[in-house]
Amino acid sequence: MDAPPIITLTAVFKQFGRFAALRGVNAEFAAGGLFAILGDNGAGKTTLLRVLAGLAQPTRGSVSILGTAELRSVRHELGYMAHPSLLYDEMSGAENLRYFGRLYGISNSTDAGMTAVGLDPTLTRPVAQYSQGMRQRLSLARALLNDPKVLLLDEPFSNVDARSAREMVALLAQMRSAGKTIFVVTHQASLLEGTADEFVWMEAGQITNRNRQLRAVETR
Amino acid sequence: MSKSSAVPSGVTAATLAKDLRLEWRSKDALNSMLFFSLLVVVVFSFSFDPNAEESRQIAGGLVWVAFLFAAVVALNQTWARELRNHVLDAYRVSPAPANSLFMAKALGNFVFVVVLEVLMTPLFIMFYKLRALGPAWQLIPVAALGTWALVVNGTFFAAISLRTRSREIMLPLLLFPVSIPALLAMVNATTAILTGELSAKFWIVLLTTYDVVFTIACLLLFELVLNAE
Repeated sequence: MDAPPIITLTAVFKQFGRFAALRGVNAEFAAGGLFAILGDNGAGKTTLLRVLAGLAQPTRGSVSILGTAELRSVRHELGYMAHPSLLYDEMSGAENLRYFGRLYGISNSTDAGMTAVGLDPTLTRPVAQYSQGMRQRLSLARALLNDPKVLLLDEPFSNVDARSAREMVALLAQMRSAGKTIFVVTHQASLLEGTADEFVWMEAGQITNRNRQLRAVETR
Repeated sequence: MSKSSAVPSGVTAATLAKDLRLEWRSKDALNSMLFFSLLVVVVFSFSFDPNAEESRQIAGGLVWVAFLFAAVVALNQTWARELRNHVLDAYRVSPAPANSLFMAKALGNFVFVVVLEVLMTPLFIMFYKLRALGPAWQLIPVAALGTWALVVNGTFFAAISLRTRSREIMLPLLLFPVSIPALLAMVNATTAILTGELSAKFWIVLLTTYDVVFTIACLLLFELVLNAE
């Protein structure tokens, strides 16, 4: 891809006490790409995503998104889906989306948001009664509410059945075609084969390999 | 979908409405506060048998200490809800201002404690045979200002203790020392009104000043607290 970088990481370190979760990450990511972030547990994938989302401040180094290091100013252009659902269990899916939409000044996206991820917007039962797959879909709908330019997804396919996972991948491919830049942290990389533009391998808090082919990354 | 920036007051209203809805469905905070206050009223009324004059002297302290302890129960639950499923992170990644969240939480707690006061005050009057000898209407501003003093600091310190291991203990440890001037003003104002011996105006002014100072301080510092790791 020749597109200009939408995200630049320069010597990013992140310490938690004595533990270094990120150890000098240097990388550029082109706009409009779908990047699969892979690695073993504890490699720093989730921390990297949290740093990009502005939820964790780098101990050292700098992060630039959409041309600015002031991440607060681009929050409206970020969508973030974490491993936990980030949803209120006691409220229905529509109520959740309506509330989170208000945080972005959006008041009319509930039905469309739920339909886009294959959920029935008329469902009135609380999220606590949703299946894990439905929660993941709703969580994705929440991350998409503000029509973000950059989408950060942490384990979106975990606990989701194979058919739902394939549908989610198809949705991500669609969004990538629409120009969004997507980062997916996953342990199910094979789902993204043929869809991801690049597979990024992390190890011990560093990016150690990047390749368009999954096999080349896995057999590093 | 059209993109527009979130209006702070709109975010506050949406968050407040969401909190009230969640509390209406679970009644976690209200039930705990009511149960605790009821215990205080009943236990103290059986432990002492004050006459009407003695009641007027001690009721101010008793009522406000009961409400303070009961409020801590609600304050602890304010943020606990945001920790489940890490929902607070969804707020933090959004462009919504930190202060809108703080105001919504403080207003929500204010509503919960006022509901408690409205429900418990008749019981206090009945059990302690209370009748104000001073201007009883002044109890309304004292209650409003005193409640705000408790909840504004309580909401702030509950957020600070959110990430600590023993937050249920940490909150009173942080909140009570800071609340002493407000508590003193609330108790003295209430006693002055009930006994009718002194004017409560000085204490009401003190409470107002306290509320203004601490509300501004909390608003200025809350973003740091929200984004602390």
